[in-house]
Amino acid sequence: MELVLNVTGLTKRYVLGDAEVHALDGIDLTLERGEFVAIMGPSGSGKSTFMQIAGLLDTPTSGTYRFEGDDVSRLDSDARAAIRSRRLGFVFQAYNLLPRTSALENVELPMVYAGMPESERSRVALEMMALVGVDKLARHNPNQMSGGQQQRVAIARSLVNDPAMILADEPTGALDTKTSSEVMRIFTRVNEERGTTIMLVTHEPDIAAYARRIVTFRDGHIVGDAINEKRAA
Amino acid sequence: MTPRATLRLALQALTRNKARSFLTMLGIVIGVAAVIVTVSIGAGARISVQNSISSLGSNLIVVQPGSVTTGGARSGFGGASTLTPADGLAIAALPGVASVSPQVTVRTQVVAGGNNWQTTVNGVAPTYTYVRSQTLASGRFFSQSEVASAAKVAVLGQTVVSELFPNGGSPIGSTVIIKGAPFSVIGVLTPLGQSAMGQDQDDTVLIPYTSASERLTGLTTVNALLVSAKDSQAIDSAQDEIVRLLEQRHRIVPPQTDDFQVRNLQSIAQAASQTSAVMEFLLAGVAAVSLLVGGIGIMNIMMVSVTERTREIGLRMAVGAPGRVILQQFLTESIVLATIGGVIGVIFGLMGTGVVSLLARWPTAIPVGWVVASVAFAAMVGIFFGYAPARKAAGLHPIEALRFE
Repeated sequence: MELVLNVTGLTKRYVLGDAEVHALDGIDLTLERGEFVAIMGPSGSGKSTFMQIAGLLDTPTSGTYRFEGDDVSRLDSDARAAIRSRRLGFVFQAYNLLPRTSALENVELPMVYAGMPESERSRVALEMMALVGVDKLARHNPNQMSGGQQQRVAIARSLVNDPAMILADEPTGALDTKTSSEVMRIFTRVNEERGTTIMLVTHEPDIAAYARRIVTFRDGHIVGDAINEKRAA
Repeated sequence: MTPRATLRLALQALTRNKARSFLTMLGIVIGVAAVIVTVSIGAGARISVQNSISSLGSNLIVVQPGSVTTGGARSGFGGASTLTPADGLAIAALPGVASVSPQVTVRTQVVAGGNNWQTTVNGVAPTYTYVRSQTLASGRFFSQSEVASAAKVAVLGQTVVSELFPNGGSPIGSTVIIKGAPFSVIGVLTPLGQSAMGQDQDDTVLIPYTSASERLTGLTTVNALLVSAKDSQAIDSAQDEIVRLLEQRHRIVPPQTDDFQVRNLQSIAQAASQTSAVMEFLLAGVAAVSLLVGGIGIMNIMMVSVTERTREIGLRMAVGAPGRVILQQFLTESIVLATIGGVIGVIFGLMGTGVVSLLARWPTAIPVGWVVASVAFAAMVGIFFGYAPARKAAGLHPIEALRFE
């Protein structure tokens, strides 16, 4: 099976005042294509730092990160941006849709930076919006949508470049239980129907329950890595 | 990213917050409008000074008597009584000279019926109309034979006509009394309006210079000789010829000083238009300062905008925008704002110029060079003052930007 993510001996250190913080302290992890993994752990466990490095938003202090087989641990910011625009999708807790901008334009944004032709952009965007059930809202602005609708638009946005991996950072943190499970079912469907690898960061067991594999972080180490037996649907 | 795609992104971002975009532009709009209005008025003033000076006469050279010293007191120019009509005839024969008119000036009371008016009576020759580019509104000018016979005929300026004949009707054929002598009115001059110095050029009565000498001054000398050079290039050489001729005729040998002085209007015109050009630059400078302030306004609001849009920038970076593209977008936003502001400023400036020339009746001229320059300058202001905020945006770290509250 092809590895999407392969990290060995990954560390990340910050200097905070006089103290040195070991946010990540020797992480080894592999993710195969098509996996749906939840990263769990309390705040300060290093799970968010790991997601940022995995999403090429940040660089490790030491260790190796191979993404789709290529060593990306020492790439400069432009090279990382190029990979983000073509191979990675992001879903954030706060949706992060551009205000006063239509849902369609929001979904098109990653394709703009990937240099996709204009006619292609709206076709793909509408297709992905239909997949997550918000194609009717194409002309709406974010402030005319509910939280659940906004997060679906954000998922559509993460899908348009057909990424190898979607990184979802507490995607249901701002949603109620019913909407949360709707959003999680969309992730499950995307994972199963499109085979997209999904890395979900959460501290809620209910949400992690949708994943097939649960990796637990504590104090910068991985303390648990197990197949999820009682998978939610 | 193609420049077109960047422009689209910038326009999208700008139209998303129209009120802020408009307020950002406002400084540039006002700055450019101020430049256009002040420069238009300045240029208009310069052109009207030039026009009024050239209206004094074509290629005019003025010869006046020089200064005399009487008991140690030196009179000003024109104090000496040395110029005669014969000098004028000699000057007229010079190769560089087209025409000459003597001028005998007397300020006196003129009476017609029950009305009287103090005005400047000028004794001149028929060549005066050519030398001063003067035309007649009605009637005729006096002839050479009327000069020879010192005929009592007068041509009135428009101001004199309206003061002496307030009931309207043509004054031609009427009689005006100048210093007790009756003169019959044979013509009325075309109004010239104010001179560049603010004098009413229509407040005058023209009579033959012979009549003025005989009946008004009793002198054979004249106050000035008005000379018209053959063409504008020959003014300086004609002036030299006149000086040499008069030195010869008046038997002036060095180290004696000339008892006359020769001036031409081109040098006056140059001085006058230089003065207004200085004013124009001064005004434009003041307006340029306001343009600069407008640019600082752009920088200020763009800085605030970068802070306010930190999360947006973080997201754009997360979905794949490199710092370079973020920089280009913000720089483009600022250039677009400044340029649109410049264009709107030009429109307002032209409208303001129209209002000024309509209401204040000031002459204005649209300086096309300045219009182009101020829009270009506005765009440069956009680049210059947009760079720092754009750099700030491009330098953000995507994670910190995304977390920004």
